[in-house]
Amino acid sequence: MDKPYAITLDVGSSLANKTGAWRTKRPVYLDRLPPCNNACPAGENIQGWLYHAESGDYEAAWRALTEDNPLPAIMGRVCYHPCESSCNRGKVDEPVGINSVERFLGDEALKRGWKFYPPKTESGKRVLIVGAGPSGLSAAYHLRRFGHSVKIVEAGPLAGGMMRFGIPKYRLPRDVLDGEVQRILDLGVELELNCKVSNILDTMKAGHFDAAFLAVGAHIAKRAYIPAGEAAHMLDAVSVLRSMEGEEKPMLGRRVVVYGGGNTAPDVARTAKRLGAIEAIIVYRRTREKMPAHDFEIEEALQEGVLIKWLSTIKNMANEGTLTVETMALDATGFPQPTGEFETLEADSLVLALGQDVDLSLLDGVPALDIKDGAVQVGRNMMTGHAGIFAGGDMVPSERTVTVGVGHGKKAARHIDAWLSGNTYAPAPKHELATFDMLNLWYFSDAPKTMRPLLELARRTSTFEEVVGGLTEDNALFEARRCLSCGNCFECDNCYGMCPDNAVIKLEPGKRFEFNFDYCKGCGICVSECPCGAIKMVPETN
Amino acid sequence: MIKFYQTGTFTVGNRLLAEDQRSVQADMHRTNSLNSGHRACQGCGEALGARYAIDAAMVATGNQLIAVNATGCLEVFSTPYPETSWQIPWIHSLFGNAAAVATGVAAAQRALGRNNVRVIAQGGDGGTTDIGFGCLSGMFERNDDVLYICYDNEAYMNTGVQRSSATPPAARTATTPAVGPSPGNVFGTGKYVPRIAMAHRISYVATASVSNLRDLERKVKYAMGIHGARYIHIFVPCPLGWGSASEDTIKIARLAVETGLFPLFEAQDGEVTASTPIRHKVPVTEYLKLQKRYAHLFGNPPDVGRIARIQMMADRNIDEFGLLQ
Repeated sequence: MDKPYAITLDVGSSLANKTGAWRTKRPVYLDRLPPCNNACPAGENIQGWLYHAESGDYEAAWRALTEDNPLPAIMGRVCYHPCESSCNRGKVDEPVGINSVERFLGDEALKRGWKFYPPKTESGKRVLIVGAGPSGLSAAYHLRRFGHSVKIVEAGPLAGGMMRFGIPKYRLPRDVLDGEVQRILDLGVELELNCKVSNILDTMKAGHFDAAFLAVGAHIAKRAYIPAGEAAHMLDAVSVLRSMEGEEKPMLGRRVVVYGGGNTAPDVARTAKRLGAIEAIIVYRRTREKMPAHDFEIEEALQEGVLIKWLSTIKNMANEGTLTVETMALDATGFPQPTGEFETLEADSLVLALGQDVDLSLLDGVPALDIKDGAVQVGRNMMTGHAGIFAGGDMVPSERTVTVGVGHGKKAARHIDAWLSGNTYAPAPKHELATFDMLNLWYFSDAPKTMRPLLELARRTSTFEEVVGGLTEDNALFEARRCLSCGNCFECDNCYGMCPDNAVIKLEPGKRFEFNFDYCKGCGICVSECPCGAIKMVPETN
Repeated sequence: MIKFYQTGTFTVGNRLLAEDQRSVQADMHRTNSLNSGHRACQGCGEALGARYAIDAAMVATGNQLIAVNATGCLEVFSTPYPETSWQIPWIHSLFGNAAAVATGVAAAQRALGRNNVRVIAQGGDGGTTDIGFGCLSGMFERNDDVLYICYDNEAYMNTGVQRSSATPPAARTATTPAVGPSPGNVFGTGKYVPRIAMAHRISYVATASVSNLRDLERKVKYAMGIHGARYIHIFVPCPLGWGSASEDTIKIARLAVETGLFPLFEAQDGEVTASTPIRHKVPVTEYLKLQKRYAHLFGNPPDVGRIARIQMMADRNIDEFGLLQ
């Protein structure tokens, strides 16, 4: 016995006491679906790429972003960012400027010349893509990365589709468009321009293609019957915007009236202003609240001096350019009804921006297709009724935006890839949504949104320079760091630091944490102090 | 000054900060002075506060630390013979003499020529503000080289939630039941030991809270960087004694600070030198409602008179320590 006086037992550690046995509930780490990711039509992992941007690793952020969307510099300019509308931070101060960070990453990639990694293996399969718009380019990118051989056939003289022939330069500079298209082509995607596919089955057969993805867009302007004199100058928005890309700029005159309420209407009116029109007036039959055009486009148009006549329809256009406009009133169902009150507007030209139809002639003679309301019907796998022919973008029923098109391209590529190997692609089940009430906002400091600089008005209405500027590195970093990381652990150490029982094991950086259930008593502090809602309590089963 | 980071400076760790700017508790290799397997209740604020304080002191002293522990919850749940959760040199004293024993330990180290070994005495509010108060005052007035840490959970929890001189007005305890014309602890009683410590004009007095880790660690590290008698009073919610949910421990501590009921401040040589501002001021009802010991205030009709008096206490602290800046 060499123990001190009155000591009979060896000193033991409390580690022998497995307090985990007290537990009736246990904490579980989980990844929840951030609302931004949930809202993104292109299926981007926004929270995921912001995580890298926060640490200043812009290339990693760009690579995470381009896993889903190969066009970030374009997205950062033309996307209507539903991610920001759903951002949980919007309930605190203002949404995270996801769109502006995306643009910063896209521009950074172009500046630094980051390239996509080529596929590791070649599948030997050949896929034909019709249309080099956002949907076709997106599909080409993803299919090429799966290792398939991809050829895009484009009817127009340049790639880009509506991004080139529908979106004005002041919103999307062409060097940005060209840069992002070229990077996809650099993956080994073949592009044939000025080639209109007249019969898809013949083209597939002649080129030995195993599958086809159609994304021809909607390029045919819808017309409305407006009685007009022979000398009346009436054009459609599609051809006006398209001719902006050619040598011959459209002749619109000094007083331009645009008829319609979609996003194309402000695009045309703002273009007219830049071409020297003194007056550009949008005529729309309903009210601002009912207008499909996005708020910021209307706002920017109004700032540039575009005028808008609400609740008005155009009845006729006389030779000398006099428009007869009838005032409308909304009925109980919100539909505009004529009032019988007329006025006149003087106009050198009238541009119709009444929507677009799809040219479906390439599908003539293809059996088993379902075409409804001028759009091709596709299944959940983006395949048309004809096996091996998939379709997406504006030619299938959906919201017609660049981002939706890009999303279709990705989705179709995944299904085409599976189809080519005789499988079906089953998307992973979605995580549960990370809602606002799951966050612990105490841990986030106040930080209002960084606004992108706007080009001065004088320069906006006289040139085609880009209106919305980009963020600098400093404020892009700040903006990225405003992300609340909803539903996804960002390794803040709160659970590790605040466990009264040391029952959280901190792993290496990037590997997050584990619970030590030998000692976790199930108090739940980790759950209530997790800033981002990435832990939940579940009942113990035995 | 730290620039804007995703989580500000309010989380335990932050991957965007340099290693040396992170908290002790974020460190994968922290001491874990009070290790797993202790028998504290679920969500114990005192277990957390003790680990925060002693881990920080270990870093500040290069692990040259001895702790003397008064009787109380902290001693009972950590060290039932022969097991212990402590991973540092640790000695249990009587309920009332931790400060005196620590004085002796410090004297012994001096006699042995171990000038680098530092001493902490620690106890609950019962062992500090009531039973050990004489020894504590003696340690202060002799300016012994000891940091005394009081973990304040506002009653004798270990023996079954009896009132102490740190129990706040209106709180129900086993000895201040919520019955009669003045339910719960009586207004106008009790004492505020941080102020009494300041009256000894010792070199450093501070209050801290488990809800404000960085503030707590900074104060402990500062205290270990100087010599003489020092005192830190740490607010540690007790789910059992207060009748609160175990997951709300940090939240309740945070609300005590944000209402103004528990002011965070520092004092040197008897003068208040700094206070930690309130970020988002909240009414005291937010704090009181989460605890069953105040449930009698929220009957039908609610006891608006007593609630107003508690609010006045909070507002007085806000004025006195300049908590709204």
